[in-house]
Amino acid sequence: MEFLGEVRDYLETNGEAVLESLAQHIWLALLPVAIAFVLSLPLGWTVVRFGWARHPVLTASSIVYTIPSLALLLLLPGLIGTGILDPLNVVIALTLYSLALLVRTTADGLSSVEPQAIQAAVAMGYTPLRRWFAVELPLSLPVVLAGLRVATVANISMVTVSALIGIDSLGQLFTRGFQLGFYTPPIVIGLVLSVLLALTADLMIVLAQRALTPWARVGVSR
Amino acid sequence: MIEFEGVTKVYPGGTTAVDDLSLSIPDNAITVFVGPSGCGKTTSLRMINRMVDATSGTIRLDGEDIRSLDVVKLRRGIGYVIQHAGLFRHRTVVDNVATVPVLSGVSRREARSHARELLERVGLDPALGDRYPAQLSGGQQQRVGVARALAADPPVMLMDEPFSAVDAVVRQSLQQEFLRLQQDLGKTIVLVTHDIDEAVKLGDQVAVFGEGGRLAQLAPPEELLAAPADDFVARLVGRDRGFRGLSFATAGEVAVEPVDTAVDGLVLELDGEGRPQGWKSSQGTLPTEGTWTVSDNLRTVADLAILSPAGAAVRVDADGRADGVVRHAALAEHIRRHQVARLGGDA
Amino acid sequence: MSDGTFSFLLDGANWAPGADDGFPQRILEHLMYTGLAVVIAFVIAFPLGVLIGHTGKATFLAINAGNAGRALPTLGVLMLVVALAGTGLVPATVALVILAIPPILTSTYAGVNSVDPATVDASRGVGMTGFQIAAQVEVPDALPIIAGGLRNATLQVVSTATIAAYVGLGGLGRYLFDGLALRDYPRVVAGAILVAVLAVTLDLLIAALQRGLVSPGVDGRAERGPRTPTRLDELQPNER
Repeated sequence: MEFLGEVRDYLETNGEAVLESLAQHIWLALLPVAIAFVLSLPLGWTVVRFGWARHPVLTASSIVYTIPSLALLLLLPGLIGTGILDPLNVVIALTLYSLALLVRTTADGLSSVEPQAIQAAVAMGYTPLRRWFAVELPLSLPVVLAGLRVATVANISMVTVSALIGIDSLGQLFTRGFQLGFYTPPIVIGLVLSVLLALTADLMIVLAQRALTPWARVGVSR
Repeated sequence: MIEFEGVTKVYPGGTTAVDDLSLSIPDNAITVFVGPSGCGKTTSLRMINRMVDATSGTIRLDGEDIRSLDVVKLRRGIGYVIQHAGLFRHRTVVDNVATVPVLSGVSRREARSHARELLERVGLDPALGDRYPAQLSGGQQQRVGVARALAADPPVMLMDEPFSAVDAVVRQSLQQEFLRLQQDLGKTIVLVTHDIDEAVKLGDQVAVFGEGGRLAQLAPPEELLAAPADDFVARLVGRDRGFRGLSFATAGEVAVEPVDTAVDGLVLELDGEGRPQGWKSSQGTLPTEGTWTVSDNLRTVADLAILSPAGAAVRVDADGRADGVVRHAALAEHIRRHQVARLGGDA
Repeated sequence: MSDGTFSFLLDGANWAPGADDGFPQRILEHLMYTGLAVVIAFVIAFPLGVLIGHTGKATFLAINAGNAGRALPTLGVLMLVVALAGTGLVPATVALVILAIPPILTSTYAGVNSVDPATVDASRGVGMTGFQIAAQVEVPDALPIIAGGLRNATLQVVSTATIAAYVGLGGLGRYLFDGLALRDYPRVVAGAILVAVLAVTLDLLIAALQRGLVSPGVDGRAERGPRTPTRLDELQPNER
């Protein structure tokens, strides 16, 4: 088909640039999620431990999450002095988004642990810290990891928006297509790569989930 | 020995959960805390391992005030079994049971092999050890909970409604096995239940809690049935106290009449080896509806007498051979004399 | 931030109702794009979600719509649709609708599916038809979750409509791109703040609507009674 030929041609001529965009996209998407994930654990713990913190933290994260991504990307430079064209700006913005989402899911995960298991752990003489790592965190993993999946996939697709302000990522393929007079091959390449990337990342988290929580899949089979 | 000395628990809102509780929990016996909901029995239990701290009063474990002991060490030395087991879903059954030993520094391998022995002890197939709790039935999970509490061989076990979450049939078998286990192990056990029949069945001593966390009566189950301290206890204990109390009396001394005695025109028919086949009348043979031995209790005998078509219960020896019958009237007379002796006995 | 940053936002001239490039006009445009796309998406996805949830068929579609939607880069979808169908309101709306359908579909399905089977069984036993069950039992029970999906969809559309200004659409995104092109940061800030406020306001409105429509028996508001301190305290053991 003629279209596939065009795609192939585009890849041949611009292959290197595409790969660069992909590489930049990967780290722009995954670094924020990783940082946000690590931060969400103590924050989620705080929300669960101190009931009064729940409302303000969740409201704040709700507001951050509601702000359109492009708006946040453009407001941050004014607020914290990063440059508009600075990839760091994108990382910070996406970290805030991911954090907004992950705090909620981490808090949900931690509060989904059945109280009886915690009671039993206290009664057995677990110190609070050891108990958190040995019982509460593992039991909250299913929900926490589900949130991580959502945040990762959302991030991967959100990074593309940064192309509109000149930052390199798979989004560049979309703007390129636009600039070349609505030329579809790069747009399609960008879409396919983006979705593939999202599916791969999702799959990896699912595999990690299977490995870390073998107990979550077993049904009641006697 | 665990002693409660004037223990009171008042919650911030003003509710008194436990009101000036003083009692002694003897070693190597089962003490049951029973009462309606909100009467403070669970709160009192949980004060023993300091899951709840008393507002005033002292609790002593072997003479020492538990508040002066390191709480983590205290808890590791007390087994705790709760309703719905509270197993760690994310660990295999064997790892669940091995939890406290591992916490206390025992090697994982040793703890695991000991855990498998314990699983057998509580009546489970050790192969279940590699499964996850979600794969076990409610009754099996409850047994794992008990095994887990026993793992560090604590002298004291606290059990909070351990058998309530399973159906009646499973509950019966769990209770039987629990008694058998206690016979072997002789632990100091405090068990909370809302079921008075369970309390009477399992307890060596029963503490009845009333509204507002007060102790209404502390007595062995037989005395609870025979002499409830007040209306509240009497209502809690329920009806048929007299009849239920008979289960504490042995049938060993009941006088029997010879096997060939004719009762209302019915004669006991035996097979070649002397085993009872039924009551023979001119019209045919009626079934005996059961037999009793000298190791049964009076309640069983009375029940059999009621069911028997001849109005007489058939006693058999260890080999199942009939060796006597007892009629209603004779049995009633025996019960009457037993009651008189009992009342005369405790002044 | 320098004084000039908010100059565009605070300039009275921009707040004039009649002006083509004024704030009221752009806000209205943005609301129109959003409203149009969300309503169309709802009309498509809501009945579909109820149908799949009620009958239990084709659940694969509903369950994975959400994930698929999340994995699609909004800019890419927009560009593709526009590349194929040209610029203008219709192609842009089509793209917005495509992006708004997944959250509504998935949430509606999830909501209807999570209704207690015992409740559905009881209504069938009482003699309600499938349609009655769906309309009178399943949907009201699922409203909180469905409303959640609606909020997500609206958020998605407001965000993408902002980006759509890149391909010639009006709305608040215009200030962002015009501002970037003209290197006029105050203009960019104005657009960003306005669209952020718009998004948050719409979200709060839907949340309020949700509280108004959803029965107190469903979202837990009817459960708040006097709580006995004992239960609460018993759940929080002393840990030292």
